[in-house]
Amino acid sequence: MNLRATLRLAVQALVRNKVRSLLTMLGIVIGVAAVIITVAIGAGARVSVQQSIASLGSNLIVVQPGSVTQGGVRTGFGGASTLTPQDGPAVAQLPGVAAVSPIVSVHSQVVAGGNNWQTQITGVAPTYTYIKAWPLASGRFLSESDVASIAKVAVLGQTVVSQLFPNGSSPIGKTIIIKGSPFTVIGTLTAMGQSGMGQDQDDVVLIPYSSAMERLTGLTTVNLLLISATTAAQVNPVQTEVTALLARRHRIVPPQPYDFQVRNLQAFAQAASSTGTVMELLLAGVAAVSLLVGGIGIMNIMMVSVTERTREIGLRMAVGARARTILNQFLTESIVLSTIGGAIGVIVGLLGTVLVAQLAKWPTLIPPGWIFASVGFSAMVGIFFGYYPAQKAAHLSPIEALRFE
Amino acid sequence: MSDVVEVRGLRKVYPMGDDEVVALGGVDLAIARGEFIAVMGPSGSGKSTFMQIVGMLDRATSGTYLFEGNDVAKFSDDERADVRSRRLGFVFQSYNLLPRTSALENVELPMVYAGLPSEKRRDIALAKMDIVGIKALADHMPNQMSGGQQQRIAIARSLVNDPALILADEPTGALDTKTSRDVMRLFSDLNAHRNITIMLVTHEPDVAAFAKRIVTFRDGHILSDVPNLERAA
Ligand SMILES: Nc1ncnc2c1ncn2[C@@H]1O[C@H](COP(=O)(O)OP(=O)(O)OP(=O)(O)O)[C@@H](O)[C@H]1O
Ligand SMILES: [Mg+2]
Repeated sequence: MNLRATLRLAVQALVRNKVRSLLTMLGIVIGVAAVIITVAIGAGARVSVQQSIASLGSNLIVVQPGSVTQGGVRTGFGGASTLTPQDGPAVAQLPGVAAVSPIVSVHSQVVAGGNNWQTQITGVAPTYTYIKAWPLASGRFLSESDVASIAKVAVLGQTVVSQLFPNGSSPIGKTIIIKGSPFTVIGTLTAMGQSGMGQDQDDVVLIPYSSAMERLTGLTTVNLLLISATTAAQVNPVQTEVTALLARRHRIVPPQPYDFQVRNLQAFAQAASSTGTVMELLLAGVAAVSLLVGGIGIMNIMMVSVTERTREIGLRMAVGARARTILNQFLTESIVLSTIGGAIGVIVGLLGTVLVAQLAKWPTLIPPGWIFASVGFSAMVGIFFGYYPAQKAAHLSPIEALRFE
Repeated sequence: MSDVVEVRGLRKVYPMGDDEVVALGGVDLAIARGEFIAVMGPSGSGKSTFMQIVGMLDRATSGTYLFEGNDVAKFSDDERADVRSRRLGFVFQSYNLLPRTSALENVELPMVYAGLPSEKRRDIALAKMDIVGIKALADHMPNQMSGGQQQRIAIARSLVNDPALILADEPTGALDTKTSRDVMRLFSDLNAHRNITIMLVTHEPDVAAFAKRIVTFRDGHILSDVPNLERAA
C-alpha cells in the first residue's frame, strides 16, 4: 500500500473521531506553543542584553566602592563611600584610558510647570555621552565649566521629556525643579530604549556631578567611576592599573581588603549571558516536559483507539491487510495527529509571542529554525509514542480480534 | 485443474493449561471450483475452526492444506494476507462493517489492501453492489441499514476481488427467516450464475437446503458428506 493511501486511511480514521482527535492534538498544541513562546522570550532577552551591553561600549570599566565592615557587619559592594571625584582625574592620567566620568545617582521627584515625575537624577562628567556613545537629540551637553561652576543645568532623557513636557513644546531653556533647586534644561538625549535588565534608560536627568553632590546628596563621594579604555585590548591592563592606582590613593596596605571593586563589562556580559542561558534551559526544559506530556496523551488515546477498534483491525486483516500495513496505519494516525498538532502549536505559539511582546512589552525573537524543529520534533513524538500502540495493533491475531466484543 | 481447496489429515489442537482441546481431529476434504457447500454440525464440533484455517486466518497444528494447488503451510503471514485480499472472500454472522464508513467505502476495503487505484475500486464496488441489489445504498452508513442490507454489503465486499472461494460463517445467524431466505437466494444465484465457489456454516436445515453439498461435522471429524439431491445437478 502506498503512502497516499495510508495517509488517506489515517485521516479518515481521525475525521471519524473528530472531537477525540482534536483533544489529543491539544496536548501537542500546548506543548509546541509553550516551546515557541519560551524560546522567543529567552532568545529575545538574550539578544537585548547583548545589544544593551554592546551599546554600553565593550571597552567600559566600572569602579564601585567596596564593602565596609561596621561592628562585624559587612555591607555589600557599593556599601562604602570611598570613591571621590578626585579619583576621576587621577585615573584619567593613566595610559590606555580614553575618558572617565564619576557617577552620582539619586532618585528624586522633578517638577516642571504643572507636571512632576519621579526619575533617576544622574550626576556625570561631560565625557559621559562619549563613554556611553549616547548622542544628543537637541541643545548642548554639560561642559567642563558647568562642572566647575556647579551649574544648575540639566540634560533630559526622552521619557522625562515626554512626562514633563507632554504638549510637545521644546524643553530647552525651561526650568525644572529638583529637590527645591531650579535647573535650566540645556539639552535632550536621543532615545536609548530598554536596558538588558528591562530598565527604561531614557527615564533619566543628567546634571553635572558636582551639582549632584553639592545640591542633592550633600556627600563628598561618588557612586561609581565609569572608565572607557582606548581599545578592547587595553581593558585588562587598564583594569590592573586602575586597581593599583586606587589602592595607592586609598592607602590600602596588602592584608587589608580593597575598599573598591573594578569590573569590566565583559564580566557583566558573561554573567548576564550565563544567567540568560540558565533561564533559557530551564524554560525550554519546562516546555519540553509539556510536549512529553502531550506525547503520552497521544500514546494513551492510541492505546484506547487500538482496543476500541480491535474488531475493525481483525476485519482489515481478514480482508487482506498485512501486519505492516496495520502498523503503518496506526503509526500514520499518530504522526498526523502530532504533526498537525505541532503546526497548530506553532501558529498558537507565534500568536502568543506577539501577545507577550505587545502586552508585557518583553523583547521577543523567534529563531526560524525553531519553527521547523518544533514541527519535526512533534512528528518524532508521534512516531515514538505511536509506535507501541501501532505495534500492539499489528500483532493482534485476526480471529481473536474478530471475536473481540 | 486443481481443486480450490484440498485438506488432508487436518488437525487443530488448542492448549488449555495442562490439557488440550482437539478442535479438529484429522479432516479430509476437497472443494472443487463451482461448489456450494453447507457445513453443519452441533456446537463445538469444529466448524468455525475449520473455516478459519481454510480462510488462512489461523494455521493448522498438523496436516496438509493445498489452496489452488499451493501448500499453505509454506506461506508467510504476508503471503497469507495477500491471498486473503486477492483470492478469498469472507462473510460473517455479525456483518463486520466499518462503523461511520459509507457502504461504498466498506465494499472497497479489500481492494484498498490489494492496491487498486481509487476510480477502479469505485467502479468495481458499484458493480458488485448492483449484483447484490444495494447499489442505491452506496452513500449510506451501516447504522442506517437493516441487518439484511448490511449483510448484502458484506457479501458485495466479499465479491470485489473475484474470489476463488467465499467463506461464510453463519451468515444468516442474525437474520429473520424471510431475510435469511433472501440472502441464501442471493448466494445460490451467485453460485449458479456466476460460478462462485461458496462454503457456508449453518445450523439450520432450511438454510443448508440451498447448498449443493452438505458436510456435517461432529467432534472435530467429518461425520457425513453428501450431495443435496434437490440442488445438485
Ligand atoms: N481459541 C481457542 N482456544 C481454546 N479452545 C478453542 C478455541 N477456539 C475454539 N476452541 C474449541 O474448539 C472447539 C471447536 O470450536 P468451534 O468454534 O470450531 O466450534 P463450532 O463448530 O464453530 O461451534 P458453534 O456452532 O457453536 O459456532 C470447541 O470445543 C471450542 O471450545
Ligand atoms: Mg462457530
